[in-house]
Amino acid sequence: MKEEKKKTKQPRWTDLNLSNEKLIKMYREMLLIRRFEERAAQEYGKGKIGGFCHLYIGQEATGVGAIAALREDDFIYTAYRDHGLALARGMEANGCMAELFGKATGVSKGIGGSMHFYDLSKGFMGGWGIVGGHPPLAAGSAFATKYQGKDSVTICFMGEASTNQGVFHETLNMAQLWKLPVIFICENNGYGMGTAISRAMAGEHLFEKAAGYEMARGAVNGMDVIEMYREMSVAIERARKENLPTFLEARTYRYRGHSMSDPGQYRTKEEIEEYKKRDPIETFGRELLDEGILKESDIESMDDQIKIEVQKAVEFADASPQPSLDVLHENIYA
Amino acid sequence: MAVLQIREAINQAIDEEMERDSGVFIMGEEVAQYNGAYKVTQGLWKKYGDKRVIDTPITEAGFAGIGIGAAMTGIGIRPIVEMMTWNFAILAFDQIMNHAAKARYMSSGQFKVPIVFRGPNGPAHMLGAQHSQALESMVAHVPGLIVMTPSTPYDAKGMLKAAIRDDNPVIFMESELMYGVKGEVPEGEYIIPIGKGDIKREGTDVTIIAWTKMVAVALKAAEELQKEGISAEVIDPRTLRPLDEDLILESVRKTNRCVIVEDSWPFASVGTEIAHRIHTKAFDDLDAPVEKINSADIPMPYAENLEHAALPTPEKVIAAVKKVLYR
Repeated sequence: MKEEKKKTKQPRWTDLNLSNEKLIKMYREMLLIRRFEERAAQEYGKGKIGGFCHLYIGQEATGVGAIAALREDDFIYTAYRDHGLALARGMEANGCMAELFGKATGVSKGIGGSMHFYDLSKGFMGGWGIVGGHPPLAAGSAFATKYQGKDSVTICFMGEASTNQGVFHETLNMAQLWKLPVIFICENNGYGMGTAISRAMAGEHLFEKAAGYEMARGAVNGMDVIEMYREMSVAIERARKENLPTFLEARTYRYRGHSMSDPGQYRTKEEIEEYKKRDPIETFGRELLDEGILKESDIESMDDQIKIEVQKAVEFADASPQPSLDVLHENIYA
Repeated sequence: MAVLQIREAINQAIDEEMERDSGVFIMGEEVAQYNGAYKVTQGLWKKYGDKRVIDTPITEAGFAGIGIGAAMTGIGIRPIVEMMTWNFAILAFDQIMNHAAKARYMSSGQFKVPIVFRGPNGPAHMLGAQHSQALESMVAHVPGLIVMTPSTPYDAKGMLKAAIRDDNPVIFMESELMYGVKGEVPEGEYIIPIGKGDIKREGTDVTIIAWTKMVAVALKAAEELQKEGISAEVIDPRTLRPLDEDLILESVRKTNRCVIVEDSWPFASVGTEIAHRIHTKAFDDLDAPVEKINSADIPMPYAENLEHAALPTPEKVIAAVKKVLYR
């Protein structure tokens, strides 16, 4: 039995109306993403997964915290580092792993691949491979819901390197000009592929790029799932109630290379180790333990369960058929 | 029957479709308060207001993408995106080729992208190289896109209505020099289906294939040829992708000779593809290799005499016809 301690301080999420169930769900989602991606790396090494494979390891809190603040009728856009976000939106590990394996049972039936996960029924709009190409689509989604008088919002994940693209700026301009209910979440992991942000971007304060458009903006610790949830809740409220966009810089870090083929020689081991000390899953796990919301044994059994879930996903993907050759020419036109 | 300019016919199509479906809206540079750079959207802003007739900043890639994203949500939105000219739409080609054209395929059919990108295409008059180029081959190359290009007011209206109602991204290419061209347009509703070509003049000795502005060049050539006793059939495919191959092959099987006229560059053009299909699918019916008349393989010069020298003319078409007739 757990010893009752008289607590002097409320948990820092007290004001957020997060149930214990929801907190545990957020923790579990982060852990699922971590285990899924670790396994994806292994399967890539075995040649089961082809092409590019961009892992989300290290960035879990950004996606989970943001998506946890959404409603089911909201829309999500992202770039190609999309596996983790799909899982956070409740897309099943089976379908996600099968997509990586290029199988007919994948979330895009094996046609999309690692970079192109979609589930329209969950408002998961992908999964786009051209850096800076998808932000206007997300603004368009927000345009559409506003046009039709719905109070859905759209969130748009993007890497920090995409903010150097012209289309990014075009999109911010129109999002603010037309008051679109869209939230841009810039996942600043410090590197555009192998190029450190300091070598690619003039100026130091990324989120201030939105200042030129007088858009609500700020930076948030993307390694902290609660802070992500908190800032996103504010931004979502602003979008839903006032039809106003927000630009949020989530400061985060990817432990792995840009993609599986990246040996990562542009950064030091020390830098990576430094970030691992702030690991979003471990940090949040400790908090949940401290608050008595989870016990060590809960975490262990959760991890075991997740490993089984991921193992089953691999088996499912492996056993699934490749797409039939009949679909080669399907779905080009509606 | 009412006689309308092409710009009025297009305006009617947009107006009627906006009337019919509240999910249809038009956005683009100067489409609202200015009534359109070429007055195609005259009066629409006054009628429908800011919500549905939307002036954009000069930001082609951005508003093309916003249109695509709006179309993809699946909540009944059908954007019409006006490109002031297709020259400027080159900035939006990533949005069109990489996003609009591929969304359905990459998602295994989860998305529909009901959107029309329309505006003038092709060489105009003394506008210089960056404002005078025919880009249909670049878009027709892309699976997932539909490419339509009308040559008469009647076609423009019926084709655009089909484009707006279609669930795919449609590239609708008009011509700056043709907005004032007049023709009969019937009262009431009609639709010209995507992929349906038209015989603009019947003939028996040679098939001339042309679209948009080049239809007039082909017809002029046919008229001159008639004086010499040569009967030319003029075929306008109207839709370039998907191509009305049956109509083309049927005509060539009848005339056994073919000349293609286009004001795009010659290398890897739509005409090249049409010629290839005729050569492979109607080889035994041909009495001569298919000839092609294009704009010169150069950026368009400004000087009037040089521009004229670069463009297809009835004279060039007549010479090509005589070549395939061995005359």
